[in-house]
Amino acid sequence: MRGAMAIGVVLTAVFTLAAAVSLAWVPYDVARLDISQRLLPPSLAHPLGTDHFGRDMVSMLMEGARTSIAVALVAVGIGVGAGVPLGLWAAANRGGWLDEVIMRANDLIFAFPSLVIAILITAVFGPSAVNAILAIGIFNIPVFARVARGGALPLWTLDYIMAARVAGKGRARISAEHILPNIANLLIVQATIQFSLGILAEAALSYVGLGAQPPTASWGRMLADAQTMIYTEPQLAVLPGLAIVAMVLGLNLLGDGLRDALDPRLRRRAL
Amino acid sequence: MTEPLIRVAGLGLSIHDMPILQDVSLDIAPGRVTALVGESGSGKSMTALALIGLLPEGSQTTGTATLDRRDLLTLPERAWLDLRGNDIGMIFQEPMTALNPVQTIGAQVSETLRLRGTGRAEAERIARDRLDRVGLAHVPLDRYPHQLSGGQRQRVCIAMVIARRPRLLIADEPTTALDVTTQAGILALLRDLVEEQGMALLLITHDLGVVARTADHVAVMQTGRIVEQGATEALFRTHAHPYTRDLLAASRPAPRQPRAHATAPVLETRAVTRRYGATTAVDAVSFTLHRGESLGLVGESGCGKSTLTRALLGLEPVQGGEIALMGAPGGTAMTNAQRARLSVVFQDPYGSFDPRWTVARIVTEPFHLTGRPQDARARAAKALEQVGLSASDLAKYPHEFSGGQRQRIAIARALITEPEVLVLDEAVSALDVRVRAQVLRLLDDLQARLGLAYLFISHDLTVVRAICDRVLVMQNGRFVEDGSIAQVWSAPQSDYTAELIAAAPTIPDSWLTS
Amino acid sequence: MPRALLTRALSLSLSLAVASVVIFVMLQAVPGDPAAFMLGLNAEPEAVAALRAELGLEGSLLDRYLHWVAGMLTGDFGTSYTYRVPVADLVADRITVSAPLALYALTLTILIAIPVGLIAASRRGGPADWGIMGATQLGIAVPNFWFAMLLVFVFAVQLRWVSAGGFPGWSDPGAALKSLTLPALALALPQASILARVLRSAVLDTLDRDYIRTARAKGLSRRAVVLRHALRNAAIPVLTILGLQFSFLLAGAIIIENVFFLPGLGRLIFQGITQRDLIVVQSVTMLLVFAVICVTFLVEVAYTLADPRLRR
Repeated sequence: MRGAMAIGVVLTAVFTLAAAVSLAWVPYDVARLDISQRLLPPSLAHPLGTDHFGRDMVSMLMEGARTSIAVALVAVGIGVGAGVPLGLWAAANRGGWLDEVIMRANDLIFAFPSLVIAILITAVFGPSAVNAILAIGIFNIPVFARVARGGALPLWTLDYIMAARVAGKGRARISAEHILPNIANLLIVQATIQFSLGILAEAALSYVGLGAQPPTASWGRMLADAQTMIYTEPQLAVLPGLAIVAMVLGLNLLGDGLRDALDPRLRRRAL
Repeated sequence: MTEPLIRVAGLGLSIHDMPILQDVSLDIAPGRVTALVGESGSGKSMTALALIGLLPEGSQTTGTATLDRRDLLTLPERAWLDLRGNDIGMIFQEPMTALNPVQTIGAQVSETLRLRGTGRAEAERIARDRLDRVGLAHVPLDRYPHQLSGGQRQRVCIAMVIARRPRLLIADEPTTALDVTTQAGILALLRDLVEEQGMALLLITHDLGVVARTADHVAVMQTGRIVEQGATEALFRTHAHPYTRDLLAASRPAPRQPRAHATAPVLETRAVTRRYGATTAVDAVSFTLHRGESLGLVGESGCGKSTLTRALLGLEPVQGGEIALMGAPGGTAMTNAQRARLSVVFQDPYGSFDPRWTVARIVTEPFHLTGRPQDARARAAKALEQVGLSASDLAKYPHEFSGGQRQRIAIARALITEPEVLVLDEAVSALDVRVRAQVLRLLDDLQARLGLAYLFISHDLTVVRAICDRVLVMQNGRFVEDGSIAQVWSAPQSDYTAELIAAAPTIPDSWLTS
Repeated sequence: MPRALLTRALSLSLSLAVASVVIFVMLQAVPGDPAAFMLGLNAEPEAVAALRAELGLEGSLLDRYLHWVAGMLTGDFGTSYTYRVPVADLVADRITVSAPLALYALTLTILIAIPVGLIAASRRGGPADWGIMGATQLGIAVPNFWFAMLLVFVFAVQLRWVSAGGFPGWSDPGAALKSLTLPALALALPQASILARVLRSAVLDTLDRDYIRTARAKGLSRRAVVLRHALRNAAIPVLTILGLQFSFLLAGAIIIENVFFLPGLGRLIFQGITQRDLIVVQSVTMLLVFAVICVTFLVEVAYTLADPRLRR
């Protein structure tokens, strides 16, 4: 199991590093198209070759990593930022009307087929990375609200919460001081899961042309371009797909590893 | 002496190379109750699991356990399938989770019969017969476990086990999760079954009172060994081994000598009522707690004592009546300054502290009520010393302490604001008897030194008798008894109190005085 | 019907009502006038006004909303701006592709996931478990549209077993099913990976429960314990995931239909978006939400059947 987590850490680190480096430097400018350099095989100058517009594949993949990570990360941020306070609030007022409203609103969002609505949002407000972030982020909110509420409810019955209430502390303060630190494990694990789902969703949206727009590179868009040439140049579809698989796999392995490492119940079971 | 059904000889056990049991030797005789008694971690449950072939993975055994000239410890799983249920059955501590929630009780009682080829109608007839036998004649077969009470569920477990009339029944803490009156019924049922069917019963328990009331033969376990065994009464009378002597002394703390206290009331309720929807959990109860007095509040689960406690602590509103603390309005109306005069110690030594906080932060949390003083840390150190811990413990985390030490930390936290009233909510119920005795001594000592008033909430009459001056008995949301310890024990006013006292398993005085 | 289910039904109907408002309002925010868009830049204002009236774009927001909802309730989904035919006819036509595809994928998901999950759970820690856990971990990470492209490349381009896309219609059911096989497989594999893992952990979780120990103590074999006690208790979390997966399958189908050029609801939505045929987008989205809510309710009914504690 430790091996699996190590693979997860390495994969996640490689892509994060590539994305970070791409902020400052990429081997070639992907905005510049050069038909004379199109479809070159791998070489020293282009380790992974070039695509049908003559763009360097390494540079495209690095920028694609940046787009994916940026979109998924901000979407997770939206989910955590809005969902966790709502979930904590609902748990602190269990059975109250607020709890009811928050949980019903959650049900409502779950009732929408998420990708359909994401497509709708980006279609209505125009395709762009920002709208993709919003579309994905909105569906992260109920997920984190549920996890936070579900994690917080059993804690509220514990004696140390009673002791804090006897010590005169209000629900908000108890949520911040006692509940949040004790559900942080759950939230971190959920965040890695939503992060990887966000990467898949971003790829799907940009694959159908509703994500980041050219000249910004993105893995989904690279796949869409490659699809038209699947008969003649199938290799173009391989690299971006593998990049998505590797990134998502890395995050999932990392998330599983974290869950096992952070959950004392599982640790005990491993004995 | 009859021939033993099972002879355990030199049983040793290690799990993943951790030694658990050493040289356990025990004869289990048919038609008799053999008790295995010890504190948590003594290895009594593991001994039981070894005898039914359900040890956890990674277990390694030495020695033998012989049934019908076969060694149970080396039996292959295939052979166990015939033995379990047929010759050896087992019931467990937690009746609330021991039954499959999605199957009817009829299906669960008749399941093993059906699996071994008994026809449906015949299996159902036997299931009905066994349920009748365990006192559930009025419960239809198509009920689900969640529709039954804890005591009823334990009876279903017993019916399930006796479906195929095993020769040995192992009962692991079968009544620990139940109320005393329910416990008395289950123990009587088990005894009857032993006599009626000539079955052997191996009773695993931590409670010497249960042993005295139920067992013919007793073996005392400590850290994986049997330190002493013999016929129950003889063993109790001689208690040769020092460990047995300690256990016995701790199990029967001496009743408290009446102690004088002031007449000034510190905590008072008048006709306090708390309803949830149509049910009235607390029904117009009134009592007065005086300065320096120790008042017990006794009742079985669901009697309303927890609800009343929450109302007194100001965690829940009441629908009627008044609560007064030091003459000012109490309950939810308390100001922070007033709340500082009233502290609480909870039952669960594991759930009482935020696992991520240091002891210093835990103990000083109640300063939220008074504003954090300059010398907060020094006062935390002083509170720890008062309860027998040291200032060097301030930087540690809760998991570094044992159950008894944790209860001491909880008491230190309760003392930090120098309160007048301490509410002790089942504060010693989760502790092993010897630790319980130490904490009770500490509480008694603190009361004498600091002049505190205690409201001592418990389900355990023995404990209440050891620490309280006066006792309230609660049933169905009302007080049915209010009197001094001596008076209540010699001449209880209500039948319910008399029933509670009779049901509480105790060691007969005559066994120990000779 | 138990009261809990009745309240659930009411609450889900409320969700449906709120969903319709959200979808309607969102599509009002689309910039531009569909009528002007349809008639091009040089259209006469009178012609545009006439078309607006014909499309039901006149009147207050509330009137238009109520008109739309009332229409939906009677099976009138409006008239497509581009095709000038009732949306209901378009839907009726396309649903014969999308519904079979979703069901096909769901069936494959269940058929793959249940044996795989059970094998992993019963061989916990063994080589079969490790292999299955590794494969499903990979299966979850693969985007279904990329998997679809790989399938097309291998089975259509290289092996030429099937055509790369298109749908021959149901006149020849064999050919129709064949053309849906790759898309269904592409949809099912990632979902089956998820479901298998959920089933495995649900079974392992129930195996840790006290009542399993009770059942073992009364003489049931490990196998009998899994089949008779663990499975039905494990069904409860599995049902939850299965319900959620249905909505993933619906959404995933939109993209997969594009990969395989299948004339389903997904492509209809897409064409609607690119051609600004908003009434189509609005009504089809509403239909999908309705389907998801119905499935949610069915899952709750299944829960109640599986768990007697929920029956009152």
